[in-house]
Amino acid sequence: MANLGPAHYSPYPVAYYDDLLTPPKGKALLLTEIVDEEVAMGEIAKMMLTRDNATIFPGPQVLYAWNDEAKKKATLIKEMAEVLNAKMIPMYDYRPKYPKIDAEVEINPNHPNLTIWHNDIKACIFVGVHCHYANVALKMIRSETDCYTAAICGLSGHEDAMATIRDQHAEEMAKFIEIAKEVKKELGK
Amino acid sequence: MSLKYMTPASKFKRYLPKDYVELVDYGPFGKDYSEVGVKNMGTFKELVEEHPMCSGCWMAYYIKIIFASLPNPEDTVTIGTAGCGRLAISQAAVPFIYGNYGDQNAIASGLTRAFRQRFPDRQKDVITIAGDGGMMDIGFSMTMHAWFRREKFTTIMLDNEVYGNTGGQESGMSVEGAVLKMSPKGKNFGKMPATQLAITAGCVYVVKMSPTNINKASKAIRRAIFAARKLGPTFIHAYTSCNIEYSIPTPDVFRDAKEKEKGRFAFEEYMTPEAKELFATIESKKKREVS
Repeated sequence: MANLGPAHYSPYPVAYYDDLLTPPKGKALLLTEIVDEEVAMGEIAKMMLTRDNATIFPGPQVLYAWNDEAKKKATLIKEMAEVLNAKMIPMYDYRPKYPKIDAEVEINPNHPNLTIWHNDIKACIFVGVHCHYANVALKMIRSETDCYTAAICGLSGHEDAMATIRDQHAEEMAKFIEIAKEVKKELGK
Repeated sequence: MSLKYMTPASKFKRYLPKDYVELVDYGPFGKDYSEVGVKNMGTFKELVEEHPMCSGCWMAYYIKIIFASLPNPEDTVTIGTAGCGRLAISQAAVPFIYGNYGDQNAIASGLTRAFRQRFPDRQKDVITIAGDGGMMDIGFSMTMHAWFRREKFTTIMLDNEVYGNTGGQESGMSVEGAVLKMSPKGKNFGKMPATQLAITAGCVYVVKMSPTNINKASKAIRRAIFAARKLGPTFIHAYTSCNIEYSIPTPDVFRDAKEKEKGRFAFEEYMTPEAKELFATIESKKKREVS
């Protein structure tokens, strides 16, 4: 079953081994199930609000003010972090870093588990990370840690995350924030 | 890359590592060379600071000069290959592509052409920086063919006259008789005539130097980049000693570079008449701007 890690090393990516594919349009992937987008959004918010040291990992597509959409998303993600009581650790550079990264303040796709371990992160959201690097990082996190990973993707989603929602743009992010506010209220957080 | 791709969204600036924010605020991006060039090194955030090179590495010093000389760092891509140099080059705040086994000039050819198609209205600089092994031995055919094809990018060879990264094998650029850890009998042929080959193959600007004078080194690098933009391939052959493999004590590294400058790395500069005309225009324009 594809579930929380650590899944340990495998000759194949765990999701592939478990016959998981990215969700179809309009749907989301929650562990091994295809569910409605709103259901996944609620579950991601719940995990972020209830697990320790929840963190959002914004990637270059939203970190840098390279177009209006990116600026809008940056504002929404900042609000998302506030609603989810989450920390923010950027994935600002994909290149391997010598001698090592400062795991306290940054995450790198080549060894993302270091940041998860160092900060004892039990739930995280990947957003604005280019898909190929998100795939690499998510596989490693699932192999090495027990962190609950969620991927908010502008394209087709990520089967290696425990929860993934696809085709996410500013409008959908605003919807996610509203759902997160409701979940927060229900949980009394 | 462009400036927009490295300016953090205002909401995220406080979450970025201090090093990165300093690079955006005090780095050379979008600034004039007179403000952030080699003359002012130490007063601005440089593109390459931390690196894992050996103590006293002359190559690391020259790499810092290369990055401080870039006319347009936000629109520059560097390409390297296996060797010591890429350890520092890949740490710079400029996109770096790692070419396998000396194919850096082949990659650069494709990249330069792609940039011209994709960004016809923007000047993108492509620079290959590799060692003597990557450039003149393993990557020899790709280096030469890029020049024969008149590809418009800059090639910089960091010549330490040895395969330093792999324990001291002789390279085509080692001098005749050189006894190294992995070539105990001594090399039995001389240095390859790299600059002659570059001129024959069609490079429009070629320099051989031991970079002991940072202003002179920087001027050559900038000229090579300017000429590559408009005219054709350019080549810099720089002496960047390996103090480990040649057992040069760290305090003597500079003295060794000065000695080489009097010998086989005496300053040589070749340029085509078109390149000469181009430099005259660019440099006189700058003088006018300053005055």
